Amino acid sequence: MSHPAILETKEAFGESIVIADPARIVDLCRHLKDVEKYLRLSGVTALDLHPAEPRFEVIYHLHSLERNQRLRVKCRLGGTTPEIDSITGVWRSANWYEREVYDMFGITFRNHPNLVRILMPIDWEGYPLRKDYPVHGYKYSYPSE
Amino acid sequence: MKHSFEDHTSTIPAVQEIPATPAAPRRMTLNMGPQHPSTHGVLRIVLELEGETIIKAEPDIGFLHTGIEKEFEQKNWQQAVTLTDRVDYLANLSNNLVYALAVEKLLQIEIPPRAQWTRVMMTEFSRLNSHLVWLGTHALDIGAMTMFFYCFREREDILRIFEMFSGQRMMTSYIRIGGLALEPPRGWQQAVGKFIRAFSSKVDEYEELLNANPIWIRRTQGVGFISLEDMLDLGVTGPMLRGAGLNWDIRKSEPYSSYEKFDFKVPVETSNDVWSRYRVRIQEMRESAKIITQALEGMPDGPWQADAPHVVLPDREKMKTQMEALIYHFKIVTEGFRVPAGEVYQCIEAPRGEIGYYIVSDGTSKPYRVHMRTPSFGNLQGLPKMLENTLIADSIAALGSMDFVLGDTDR
Repeated sequence: MSHPAILETKEAFGESIVIADPARIVDLCRHLKDVEKYLRLSGVTALDLHPAEPRFEVIYHLHSLERNQRLRVKCRLGGTTPEIDSITGVWRSANWYEREVYDMFGITFRNHPNLVRILMPIDWEGYPLRKDYPVHGYKYSYPSE
Repeated sequence: MKHSFEDHTSTIPAVQEIPATPAAPRRMTLNMGPQHPSTHGVLRIVLELEGETIIKAEPDIGFLHTGIEKEFEQKNWQQAVTLTDRVDYLANLSNNLVYALAVEKLLQIEIPPRAQWTRVMMTEFSRLNSHLVWLGTHALDIGAMTMFFYCFREREDILRIFEMFSGQRMMTSYIRIGGLALEPPRGWQQAVGKFIRAFSSKVDEYEELLNANPIWIRRTQGVGFISLEDMLDLGVTGPMLRGAGLNWDIRKSEPYSSYEKFDFKVPVETSNDVWSRYRVRIQEMRESAKIITQALEGMPDGPWQADAPHVVLPDREKMKTQMEALIYHFKIVTEGFRVPAGEVYQCIEAPRGEIGYYIVSDGTSKPYRVHMRTPSFGNLQGLPKMLENTLIADSIAALGSMDFVLGDTDR
């Protein structure tokens, strides 16, 4: 497998991992779907490596029914307001998965048809699965009596 | 102020002024759920209707979101097993299994055959449990009330078996990292044998009630069509795909927990409607019963936990006599065991489709990140496509055939 967007390939625990260039992710995904026959997108998720930099990783799990193979594509994104192109044009199933990642990590997917929160309330503040998001505490501070 | 009779009538427009038919068919937006009994949980669907035809359906999820993925990061590895039960409360053992398999992959520990076979048997029971609840409630939605009582009768027996093995009926947490929570109890062979000998005739009963039932046939055949290409593109998995003619089952294609040693078929139907999904699940129940019978007859002897003292709690007797065992016990109980840094993705065939756990460890005693790729979330994405241009009366049958669990969707 070779494509200019692939920066690095790895094998771990019998699973293939590809580190890709986030700027050309749509290109790469189209190639993987059409040429490499990864027909299914099994899921999209993200990882927060706070306080390391680049802080975020967007992770795509692909599956080829034909060759019975799985592939993990990872893109590294830096900063506190990361952005990456949406791959909903390649696999429609990316729609909800990308919304979930946006909801939980605050990663913006450009050209997404409907990028709104999916699990949390629409007016929620903050991104719960970020490592600097508190587990305990109240949202509002009340004046003491 | 008084109105005279003449004043009052003059405000009513004459009949001929009201247009007889609207120029374009009027659209109506209908809110279904989140407390609708046929959505099997708290799912809200915004339906756009033109007469009785659904033009657009927009599912709204998140009502059962409990932040389980965040919660994982606060628990140690073994404690987190209890969270996996609560994701999909109808197939909790499947969730236990996939989590345990993923962590064991990171730990690189070998699970003894007896534990593996018991795991297979228990996950197949959990498949039966899930399919029985599905069949009962789905048939109830369509109007066959007796099915509900029949299916829950058998489900009760399965829950009793779960209780016998783990002490719990639903949130069993029976499959743990490194093996099982408890040794299979004395006399389990009799309990499982009694259930499985009777089960095949019970499935015959279900089929007798439904297969030739004209109402069931009219309400399921040709309803809820969605093409195979759309399903694959939208992330639908499991019996939905097998009902559309795709022979793909993770138990066969990527065997785990010694499934390769069992002899079973993957039922496939081609008509791609609610009926074919019903046929697939009924046949899957028979195949599951076959697997359980094989596990019952060929259950290997030996240990039921891995030989990994740094992960598995030591025997009570050894703890009182051996220093090493006491140290390991203290370390596991106070800190939990550490898992080497790395990341894995493990998937299994759950009753609803592909469950995949993506687990990242940073080498400490707590998971760094656990992502659950749940089948209900993926399947539900196919719903708008499936409901497009169908009648609103068929939407309940179509919804039910997807067999989603909202706890599994929202996590």
